Amino acid sequence: METFVFLVAAAVCLSGAVGVVASRSPVHSALSLVGTLFGIAVLFVAQEANFLAAVQVIVYAGAIVVLFLFVIMLLGVDRVEDLRVDPLVGQRAAAAVVGVAVFALPVVALASVGWDATGAASNLAGIVDADVPDIEVIGRSLFTRYVFALEITSILLAIAVVGAVMLARRSPRPADMLVDLPEPVRTPGSDADVPAVDGPQDATAGAPGEEA
Amino acid sequence: METLDLVWLVPALPLAGFLTLVLLGRRLGEPAAGWLATAAVGGSFLATVVVFFGLLDRPEEDRAFTQTLFEWIPIGGWEVDVGFLADPLSIAMCLFVTGVGTLIHLYSIGYMHGDRDFSKFFLYLNLFVFSMVVLVLGENLLLTFLGWEGVGACSYFLISFWFTDPEKASAGKKAFVTNRIGDWGFMVAMFACFAALGSISYDEILGGAGSLSGTTATLVAACLFVGAIGKSAQFPLYVWLPDAMAGPTPVSALIHAATMVTSGIYLLTRANPIIAEADSWIQPTIAWVGAGTALFAATIAVSQRDIKKVLAYSTVSQLGYMFLAVGVGAYVPAVFHMITHAFFKALLFLGSGSVIHGMHEEQDMTRMGGLRKYMPVTAATFIIGWLAIAGVPPFSGFFSKDEILLYAWAENPALWAVGLVTALLTAFYMSRQVFLVFFGEERFTVEAGTPGHGDHAEVEAHDADTALDTEGAEAEALEEADTAHAPQHDDVHVLHAAPHESPWTMTLPLVALAGLAIVGGAIQLPFTSDLHFLADWLHPVLGENEVHIDVATGTKVGLAVVAVLAGLVGIAVAYAIYLRKVRQPVEPQILAEGWRYDQAISAFMGGPGRAGFEGIAAFDRTVVDGAVNGVAATVRRSGSGLRGLQSGFVRNYALGIAVGSVLLLAYFLVQVTY
Amino acid sequence: MAAVLAAVEPSWYLVLGAALFAIGAVGLLIRRNPLVMFMCIELMPNAVTLTFVTFSRMLDDVAGQTMVVFVFVVAAAEVVVGLGIIVAIMRRRPDATADDLALLKG
Repeated sequence: METFVFLVAAAVCLSGAVGVVASRSPVHSALSLVGTLFGIAVLFVAQEANFLAAVQVIVYAGAIVVLFLFVIMLLGVDRVEDLRVDPLVGQRAAAAVVGVAVFALPVVALASVGWDATGAASNLAGIVDADVPDIEVIGRSLFTRYVFALEITSILLAIAVVGAVMLARRSPRPADMLVDLPEPVRTPGSDADVPAVDGPQDATAGAPGEEA
Repeated sequence: METLDLVWLVPALPLAGFLTLVLLGRRLGEPAAGWLATAAVGGSFLATVVVFFGLLDRPEEDRAFTQTLFEWIPIGGWEVDVGFLADPLSIAMCLFVTGVGTLIHLYSIGYMHGDRDFSKFFLYLNLFVFSMVVLVLGENLLLTFLGWEGVGACSYFLISFWFTDPEKASAGKKAFVTNRIGDWGFMVAMFACFAALGSISYDEILGGAGSLSGTTATLVAACLFVGAIGKSAQFPLYVWLPDAMAGPTPVSALIHAATMVTSGIYLLTRANPIIAEADSWIQPTIAWVGAGTALFAATIAVSQRDIKKVLAYSTVSQLGYMFLAVGVGAYVPAVFHMITHAFFKALLFLGSGSVIHGMHEEQDMTRMGGLRKYMPVTAATFIIGWLAIAGVPPFSGFFSKDEILLYAWAENPALWAVGLVTALLTAFYMSRQVFLVFFGEERFTVEAGTPGHGDHAEVEAHDADTALDTEGAEAEALEEADTAHAPQHDDVHVLHAAPHESPWTMTLPLVALAGLAIVGGAIQLPFTSDLHFLADWLHPVLGENEVHIDVATGTKVGLAVVAVLAGLVGIAVAYAIYLRKVRQPVEPQILAEGWRYDQAISAFMGGPGRAGFEGIAAFDRTVVDGAVNGVAATVRRSGSGLRGLQSGFVRNYALGIAVGSVLLLAYFLVQVTY
Repeated sequence: MAAVLAAVEPSWYLVLGAALFAIGAVGLLIRRNPLVMFMCIELMPNAVTLTFVTFSRMLDDVAGQTMVVFVFVVAAAEVVVGLGIIVAIMRRRPDATADDLALLKG
């Protein structure tokens, strides 16, 4: 049974991954990504990491991919990319080599130790046959041994949020920041002196032709 | 505190004088600045005397006192201290440096009267005395070098004192540059001492000289000799000394007669243990360079017309004698002659300064004559100096020169012969100078109308100058009435005021120096060994390196007689030519031009010298600079090449990261599995 | 059919993870559209989380799963900021590709 689940999920993952890479339209890539993420979630469940499977679906498939789709939708970057040629010389060949190497090296390493990779256990807590649910074990380890890292990542999230807001607001033109220009001329559609608030309203007003 | 602790005063007082004059000199003005400077050096002299007696109190083995003021350069395990070594040699030198220096300072008050930069002159003089004292008293080579460079710098300042005259300015430059060539030798010697012995303190290098290998000792001795050649104006680096006469006369007296030029002798005497360890060709080389220079300079002095140039070449010649003495291992006679030479040469220079001053800045001897009527004190003292340098007994010059000739004879009769001929020439040209300046007809006239001097030329006046000894009186008494023709002489020079004697500030030092020139020989009389005061005094410094000769008394007396005869012959010939006019003076032009040595140097430097320098410069440009620039160019080119990696495309960079991480991955996996 | 198939070895997961990672890396290097490149970037942490969970199970250690939690957090933050950058850039030039951002050319 597990084998069957594995094979199906693996197929989904792989095809989704290939789909991400090979789709011409970004929307198709995003959908393929969703597929891959679900496949991974299934594999998590197969390995009895239930909590993580849930988080995977909620955070990755649920939030992150949706973010991608929002951006695609809002910015209208639904352009089709020409995948036949690569302007950079030798990039494809090198990428192929890298890809093969990245895949082959761990596999060969595995093979040489007889498909029995072991690492060093951290002796933190057992999770496989514990009496408690895995979420509790994870929670315990997070809030005892890894509490510092946890706090740091929360700061990281805060920074990310602030950064995103900063990046996404309508910033003044770079030229304005460098030179003291006289009062900017108010041309229709120009909103250089409108304080930036958030994306959606301005995005509709500021169509691509806004670049004056 | 014992008296020897006062040795720091000896350099400190002139330094204090210098600093005070730097700050307040202009305000003090004339003559206070001069008196202050003189007092500073006078005080230094007194301190030296006190230290001298302090040393005298000690037993002979114990006469080396080192006073360390502070640690100057501590580098790792090596340190150089600022300290003074009071031992017989340094104190002997300090005595005459500060003593003669004080007299010259006093003289300068009168000589530099009315000069615009009066206080500046004394400031430089004080600085000079300070540097010279540091040179002599320094307890290590570096302090001596500091003093060495200091006196060189002061010499430059003072020679080009009247720098608005470009000739005088370039004379100063010439002195400085030529000295520099010699200084290179000194520096190499210092480095070699440090490399071989790990120290440059006299204690250690002289004490440890025995452990030097022959080659190192030879290198050090040779390099020190090169330094001495530069500073003490020997061939081939003597060229700066005649030109240095462009400076005021007290400068010539102090620096270029009595003190700075003797630094070379001091250095070699100080380094006598090292010279003793050097290869055997060093000392004869020193001796022959000295003897050769002595003869060479004497020939040039014969034709000089400038009163100071004669004395300049005479100085070069006498220094040659001192090097000759050092070269044959006779350090005591060298120091003896250095001391007596300081007395009579300073006397002669100051006397010539008095003449120049009295003749209203005239320096050409062919325009002088018969000045002893106008300047009796100057004339009398100058004549004493003349007799001393000519080697007429019982003046001091006779004893010192005779010692040198004796030791030269013992070493190599050829050296003695050269010395003898030089002595003859010395007597000749000095007599020529005396006769041209103080005797004979007056080859100048005073403007009519100036009070009281209308018909001096008519008067055949010659006082029986009681201060003169037998030689001078003899020449005097036979003066002819040629003076009557002076006004109609074609090339008679017109003075706007009569020559006059100098003020007491100038004549007092002359008298003092004359006294010293007379009795100076007493410090090392040859008659019995009890009278060898100087030799005994210097014994701790020289030890076994002082050559002792074993010559029969008869030979000694014979040599002395020959030397005196040579002197007398020189005087007689000069008398015959210049006073009696027996025949025309023989003054070959080539000698007047110093054997065209200066021109030869210029020609060489302009021609082959320049070619050589250009070659070296080209080498420097292409090879040395080429290597450096080549490295830079290579870096630039490789940088440009590597620039290609920076394509600007993010995906290329991502590829780079990917490749790098693949390699790392491979490495680690290999490590782990195998 | 089930009898023919062997039991799932943990190493299979590892191979799958390696494959996903390789595909993600290749996609990053090949694609020019910034959004798609970003999605390929997201593939890679996923492969890594899969590997972590596999090891956690093999070694009976919760540390692996804890790491995955952190990976999630970091990936989320990264996506937020990355998309913010993309939005900021593509607002001006919606047809920008990765190759247009070549100002770092040396």
